[in-house]
Order: sequence, then structure tokens, then C-alpha cells
Amino acid sequence: MSRLRRMEFDGLIVGGGGAGMRASLQLAQSGLRTAVLSKVFPTRSHTVSAQGGITCAIGSDDPDDDWRWHMYDTVKGSDYIGDQDAIEYMCSVGPQAVFELEHMGLPFSRTETGRIYQRPFGGQSKNFGKGGQASRTCAAEDRTGHALLHTLYQSNLRVGTTFLSEWFAVDLVTNADGAVVGVVAIEIESGEVVFIQSRATILATGGAGRIYASTTNALMNTGDGVGMALRVGVPVQDIEMWQFHPTGIHGAGVLVTEGCRGEGGYLINADGERFMERYAPTAKDLAGRDVVARSMILELLDGRGAGPDKDHVLLKLDHLGADVLNARLPGILELSRTFAHVDPITEPIPVVPTCHYMMGGIATNVDGQALTQDADGQDVAVEGLYAVGEVACVSVHGANRLGGNSLLDLVVFGRATGIHIEEVMRQGVSYREPGEDDLDRATARLNRWDQSSTGEGVAELKRELQNTMQVNFGVFRTEEHMLAGIETLKDLRRRIGAAHLPDKSRAFNTARLEALELDNLLEVAEATAVVAEGRRESRGAHARDDYQERDDENWLCHSLYFPADRRVAKRGVNFAPKTMEAFQPMERSY
Amino acid sequence: MALVTNVTSFGRTGLSDFVLQRVTALVLGAYGLCLVGFFATTDVSHTSLAAFLGGTLMQWFSTAAIVALAVHAWIGMWTVGTDYIRQHAFGAGLGGSAFGLRLVYQFGCVAAIVVYMAWSLTIIWGLA
Amino acid sequence: MKVSIYRFDPDADEKARMQDVEVELPEGRDLMVLDVLELAKSRDPSIAYRRSCREGVCGSDGMNINGKNGLACITPVSEAARGGKLVLRPLPGLPVIRDLVVDMSAFFRQYERVKPYLINDAPPPAEERLQSPEDRAKLDGLYECILCACCSTSCPSFWWNPDKFVGPAGLLQAYRFLADSRDTATTERLAELEDPFSVFRCRGIMNCVNACPRGLNPTRAIGKIRSMLLTEAT
Repeated sequence: MSRLRRMEFDGLIVGGGGAGMRASLQLAQSGLRTAVLSKVFPTRSHTVSAQGGITCAIGSDDPDDDWRWHMYDTVKGSDYIGDQDAIEYMCSVGPQAVFELEHMGLPFSRTETGRIYQRPFGGQSKNFGKGGQASRTCAAEDRTGHALLHTLYQSNLRVGTTFLSEWFAVDLVTNADGAVVGVVAIEIESGEVVFIQSRATILATGGAGRIYASTTNALMNTGDGVGMALRVGVPVQDIEMWQFHPTGIHGAGVLVTEGCRGEGGYLINADGERFMERYAPTAKDLAGRDVVARSMILELLDGRGAGPDKDHVLLKLDHLGADVLNARLPGILELSRTFAHVDPITEPIPVVPTCHYMMGGIATNVDGQALTQDADGQDVAVEGLYAVGEVACVSVHGANRLGGNSLLDLVVFGRATGIHIEEVMRQGVSYREPGEDDLDRATARLNRWDQSSTGEGVAELKRELQNTMQVNFGVFRTEEHMLAGIETLKDLRRRIGAAHLPDKSRAFNTARLEALELDNLLEVAEATAVVAEGRRESRGAHARDDYQERDDENWLCHSLYFPADRRVAKRGVNFAPKTMEAFQPMERSY
Repeated sequence: MALVTNVTSFGRTGLSDFVLQRVTALVLGAYGLCLVGFFATTDVSHTSLAAFLGGTLMQWFSTAAIVALAVHAWIGMWTVGTDYIRQHAFGAGLGGSAFGLRLVYQFGCVAAIVVYMAWSLTIIWGLA
Repeated sequence: MKVSIYRFDPDADEKARMQDVEVELPEGRDLMVLDVLELAKSRDPSIAYRRSCREGVCGSDGMNINGKNGLACITPVSEAARGGKLVLRPLPGLPVIRDLVVDMSAFFRQYERVKPYLINDAPPPAEERLQSPEDRAKLDGLYECILCACCSTSCPSFWWNPDKFVGPAGLLQAYRFLADSRDTATTERLAELEDPFSVFRCRGIMNCVNACPRGLNPTRAIGKIRSMLLTEAT
């Protein structure tokens, strides 16, 4: 298919969110030809919706704060399947990465002494869990993600990064050796299909919350990177681990930051009881997100939900007073008024646990290199492929992410991957040439849709997929439901493979994009389903009725899902941080 | 160096235009008040008006007002022209483009302003 | 409910047309305009528009809703509809790519022109640069811009001179950096704005303030830039 137009870059970043643009900044600064390909204008990426902040031991709130305490919290939060070398790297390099953001101009909120304002978030402690609640989340009001994303975009403008804005990556192009040589992408405005060749391809496509019917995620969070990786046989790790955020606005799914509870808000049931005191006597409303979400569901199941259908609980903020709310949580006031029709200054916000974050993703090392396993189960890097941010699984979040660690993950590993690629390029990497077949393979599914003439429509199939995931793979999981879900997904795979795209026009054809996204949703959903059924224990966000206990003997490990044969393999968790003793698994209570 | 220049702005800055518009408006306002005062307090006839405007002080004041009006009008008309006589509205206008049409318009404005200014100055300094 | 949508496909249509789509609204719920569009699109998948976060922070779905620019995702149908009808057009003043999707490059060019990044070439400290809460408060109402273009495309001066007048969105960001106590390029920034077009084409009619879905006030920021230019010159 040599008739495809061809472009070349040293570094091609697919995805213009926080992770992608932090990586591109690093590459462009060092003079490499760098392009960010994004299906939306970069500042529309989902990082923009992050509210509460970026957790990091910068010692502003408490001068004695220690990144090792942050590391301890993160390891515990992960329910011990976060890789400790990666967590150590993130927590220790974090302050540097955050200060760099400040130097770029990020408008952090400030303390009286002029330092960055830090607020308490869930799962945070001092002195390895023994020193009480910490305030470690650096915030720009409740718009930290917006401030961060715009700052990174602006910095990229300054260093001259090339933006392929409103381009859609269809598939990775791999050569005969299995190395990634670039991507096939659509320029959305014209509909032109282009082969973009790169010496390093970095997936930074974010999450896939849209596999669920109810999610805090943007409409475009369809797991495109996961889909692309799986289609070329790259496995995904811990994909069964989906975080349900305790406070999504009931009905709308819009996120209400954990910072609300950090600032002193708390959850109440229909009786007005602060029920988290029963489930997590010490941390209460600031327990891990998985713990809070499960507690909320148990309240609902016990009939103590609020509202006519007893289907939500309430987040109470009015006791904080209008001044604090206006100063610290102005965005939440707006969102609540718009989407819940309540004013938090006087009334509580109706909330339910809502799908929020994909802990799993493409397994990578600290340098962002995508990993797979050889026949002996040893890690091997996928040549030419990197992953950063939510699409990656480094893994710093393990089975449950702590609030505020997502933005930190983005900037620390975006930066680390950039630094690594700079180094690799200095040593010399040449462009790898694809064969004709390789390009044909990467355009195959696009051609399939474009040549479809009959079949079901995309919207209905998507709705069915989302409902299947919502019903069968939610906060609590049972064998029976999961098996039923897997069967439905098998059927959906057949039907989606025969679905129809009626609109074949070229210019800004969003119907075509939604069809291509549906393929990706299916890949993520099926991987989630198969691995969730396979992990026979409860850990972090993965809670099973039939295996209610954590099983460290068999499952203190990552899952690795291989798409070719739908196989679930195991991969060891790293317990070897470089500068300290590892934290050993303990019972996890808050 | 300003990012945007225009051949017909004669190198002025937006700031100087902004200030000139306001200063000339003040002069015109004061002059207007002065005339209103005259009309309100005097039995108006050609003789009384000629006597009023023919005083040396008033001759200079009138000159200032006429120059202010010319400046004010030029900045205003130039702005209107650069707003409305645009390629997307007029495409290939006179002389091949909106640019040509705008030049014609601006020449017309300048000519009118100069003629009116000269005429009124002649009248003012011809009194007494 | 009847929804009238501006349709134009450059490959198929000579001229744009309005298409009426009948959409059934669920009882008892006040939908957002975006929800209605999604319903219309499930009827006719060929309708093109941008959307993403569906909560008013990404800035994708700026459009002209019954004559007023706004974000579809946070505009309730009950507020927007007139006579039980919703009329959706692309943002005015920019070239239409397809349907409700406009070419925003002129808008972004003006944003880029104001050097929308912090300039401070002094070597940064090992930690963060300090900034008092008072100085930080000067950035409120400025940094929250989501670049949706609702303001600039409601501004006649921007319609006339999109290549020369920075427009309300760009000027809001210009002032965001002028107002930042950490930025040291004030003089250079002002020098680039003093020509007759960049700032001074603002006539203060405040359409931008009226249109901004975030409740920001570009006119005030422009006034402050003018004051800074005056102060700088005297």
C-alpha cells in the first residue's frame, strides 16, 4: 500500500494528554523531531477533567514530609501489586517533576508563605501509616488537571513540538520482527489515511472508562491504545482492575473530586449517618477509593440509599461554609449546580460509585518501554513501542490507585520515557521499514468498515457492550455474572465484526471514528472480562463474592492477558526498590 | 516591533490612536460646550456669531477644534474602513482586491477631511 | 422536539442547509443540548460535531445554540429552546469544515501569537518559585479559559479582522501572563500588542462576556492590558 502518504518523526506520541505532552516536551526540548498525534485538540484531552490535584511529597504543608511515606501509602493502596521499583521512582522523582511544572507556569494555589498549596486526599498518611492523615496533594483550586494540561500544551508550543491535532490513530504498524515502526492514522478533517513512521512510538491514549455505561470519563476515552496494542499481540497487564470513584454525580456520572472529602466533606446515607465511620474507623471518608466505593454499595444494598429509589448516597459539604467552598472547590459548585441541580453550599450532592480509572494497561518498565513475555515467561521489550499514562501499567497503581497519583504518574513517566528515548536516540536508532503486508494489516479494519454494506449500527452495539460491562463487571463481581458477560462479549465480537458503517464520507466523519472506537472498546472489555474471571481472589478494586479474601499465595502477581489465545498469564510484582527495603504485604485496613 | 502593521496606518500605534481619539474628543467636547453656551446666552445673528468667533482667542480655539475633528475623523474613518472593507466581503474589488477598494476609500476620506479643514480654517481666519 | 441542525458536507454539498430532526425527549428530565444532539446522531449518524468531556471543561462543543454561542454539554434544553425548537449552527465567523465543525486555526493562531507561556529566563530555584496568595489571586478568572472560542466568534471585531485582532480569548491569555508575578517579559509582551489592531480593535461591546460559558470576563482583561500599555508609555 505504498500509495499512502508518509510522514517521518523521531518520536511519535499518540495522545495529547498530560503524559503524552510531558513526553513530547522532553523530546522536543532535546531537538528531536517530535509529533503529538491527538484525536482532539490537545487541551481537550481528558487530563483536563482532573480536579483535586497531584500528590507529591514537596514538603509544603509539612516540611518533614518524606517521599518514602508517600511510597508506603501507594504500595498499600495498590494492595501490594504495585511494582515497588516504579513506585519508588515516581515518589522520589515526583517533587522534581512537580517543581518543573511550577517553573513552566502552572498556576498552583498557594499557602501564606507562597509555597504550593497541598490538601489531604484519601489513603494518605505520615510516618508509614503511623503519623495520621497527611496533606500531600498539590492543587490548583479544583482544576489542577486543566491547569496542568494547558501548561504542558503551552510549554510544547514554546519548544516547537509538531501537533497533528485531530488525527486518529487507526493501528500500529509492526514489521516482520514484531517491532513497531509507526502508525496508520486518519487526518480527521480531510479523511486522508497516512502512514506515520517513527523511530519511537509512544502510546499515551489514556483510559477506556467508556466500556462502562456509567463513567466519569470523557466520551472519547475508548481505550484506543489498548486496542491497538492488543491487535498487534502486545499483552495488557492487570486490566481487570477498574477503579470506581466513590463520588460521581448520580445520573450524570460527572466526577466530584475526592478533594471535597479532603477539605472536610463526608458521605451520609438516607438516615443522615456518616457511615464511613463504621467501615473505616481511622481514615473514614479518606480511606482508599476501593474501600469507600464498596462501603457505599453495601449501604445501598442494605436499603439505606437516599432518594425515591434509594439508589445513591449524599456528599455533605455545607458545613464547610461558603468561603471555603468558593475558594477551594469553585468548579465543584458549578458542576453540582449544572448536573445535580443542587447548591453544595446548602444541600448535599447525590453521588454513586462511578467507573473512573483503568489501573491496568500495557505493561512497561520505568523507562516506558512496552513489555511482553517470551516463551519462558521472561520480560522482553517490544522494539519501538512505549506507553505512558493511563494506557500504561508501570505499575504504580496496582489494584487500586490513590487519588492524586494519576497526574503524578503522567508527568513522572512522561518525563522518564522522554529522557530514556533521548538517550536511545543519541546512541542511534534507525527507522525500521515495514513491508507491504505490514501496512495492509494496519489498514485492514479501516477497510473493513469502509467496505461494509449491511449489518447492525454502531450506537446500539456500543450501548449493549457498555451495559454488559456495567452489569457484570462492576464494583462487586460474581462468577455467574462474569461468565454470562464473557458469553455476551463473544457474541458482540461476532456482531461488531459484521457491523455496518453507513456514512462513508471523508471530511470530518465522526461516524467512522466511532466505529473504529467501538473496535477498541471491545478489545478492552473482553480483556477485562476474561482476566476478571480468571483472578480468583479479591484485591483492591477487584472484589468477588465467591473469593472474598486476598490470596497472596496464588495471586500476589500481575495478570497478563495475551489476546491471540485469550490466555491469562502471571507476571511477578517487583519487590526490589533500589534505595530501601521493600514493603511486605500486610492486611490492608484504613 | 508591533506584530501587526498596515501601510495606511502611517506607523501609528494603537495606543497613540486610542489616546488621540480621547484627547481630541475632549477638545471637541469643550468646544461644543462653548458654542452651546453662546447660543443659549446670546441673541444669535450673523453679526453676533461673527463677532464671537472672530475674537483672537476663539479663532485659536476654533482652529484647535477643527484640527481635532480632522484627526478624530481620520482615525475613526480609517478604523471603519479596515473593519468593513475586507477581502471576505468584497473579494476582488477595485484594483483587484479589497485592498484597492480600501485605498480609494481612504483617499476619499483624506481628501474630504483636508478640504473641509482648509475651508473651515479659511472661514475662521477670514473673520474680523 | 424539533431540532434544526446546520448541515454541510464539503464533498457532497454545494451549499449548507438546515435539516430538521425530530427527537423524542425522555419525560421528566432536563437534557443538555449535547444529549439531544447525541439522540439526533443516533438517528442520523452522519451529523458531525465535536464533543468530549460532556461536563464543560474540555471546550470541544462550542456552537451557536438558538442564536447564542455556548457549550452544548452544559446548556440545558429548557433554557436554550425557543418555541419548542432547538436551532443549532456552527460558531459564526469561522470557516465550516462540516456541519457543526468549524476550522479553528485562525482562532488558535491568535492564541499562539500572544506567547501563551511563562517567560522567565532566570535560573529557577531548586523548589518552586514563591508566589503570594494575593499575586496568585490575580490569575483567577484568566487561567480557567478552555479555548472553546465561544467569545471570539461572538465578537464582530474578530469577525472583521481574525488575522489581526487577537480576539477576547487570546487577549485573556495575554493578560493571564502579564498578570503573573513570575513572568518577566511584560515589556516585550506589551510591545507586541500596541499596534492599532491586536488589542485596540476591542470596542468594549462585551459580547465575549455574554458568551463565555465559564463566566470569564475578557473585556475587563482587555481594559487592564490597555491600562498597562498606557502606564508603560508614560
